Amino acid sequence: MAKSIKIRAKEKGGVTTVKALMTHPMETGGRTDKKTGKKIPAHFIQEVVCKHKGNTVMMAEWSGGVSKNPYISFKFSGGAKGDELELTWTDNTGGSDSMTSAIK
Amino acid sequence: MSTEMKRRIFLKRSLAAGTVGVAAAAGMLAPQQILAAWNKEAFESKELSGALNALLGSSDTAESADITVKAPDIAENGAVVPVTVETAMEGVESIAIIASNNPVPLVANFVMGTGATGFVSTRIKMGKTGDVVGVVKAGGKLHTAKKEVKVTIGGCGG
Repeated sequence: MAKSIKIRAKEKGGVTTVKALMTHPMETGGRTDKKTGKKIPAHFIQEVVCKHKGNTVMMAEWSGGVSKNPYISFKFSGGAKGDELELTWTDNTGGSDSMTSAIK
Repeated sequence: MSTEMKRRIFLKRSLAAGTVGVAAAAGMLAPQQILAAWNKEAFESKELSGALNALLGSSDTAESADITVKAPDIAENGAVVPVTVETAMEGVESIAIIASNNPVPLVANFVMGTGATGFVSTRIKMGKTGDVVGVVKAGGKLHTAKKEVKVTIGGCGG
């Protein structure tokens, strides 16, 4: 599951813009497999946490309504160039991944 | 020991146990509010008001001109609809994104932490044409703004 996250964070004028892409199927559990006629079990990211210096700057809770390979972007103030950002996601099956990236 | 005494001791103990139970419950609640463990009820609610009640404790919203919901007028592919919710309001606590005609209307809730400003952007699935609603919680109140998105091909079934 390694490298399922890509992060770009840029600081400009005191505001850091974070953009992140995750690789995940994001199955709602409502779709059926056309070949077998069986329901595809739900498999989606439930929680995304982004931390800057140990402080949570953003925490997202998702349903299966977020698109496959989710993208998020948000802004926060207080970050500086070179600071590390940590992004972690957890899905409904207990899977998770984490990635650290420096602010540019 | 008389039965009377026993009863008293029993009462005392059960009272003590009761206090501990309440304290534990309070302790359980506090970290949940901070971590906001995935809100099953809100994310399984089929109705908008139920979802908002479960998520934010209220479904009492007011439309606000200070919120911008950016989404395409027509989405050819309902599986990927880019949505941006932005507001210049002070003290934004959380931003929720709702696709009102989806089987599960509540798509995402972003809880803003230290220093986070009122801006989130993501991509959502939409089952059919409907409003995309941004719900901003600021200063304990709920503010909303919406944008209609026409969906050509739904992204929830298949």
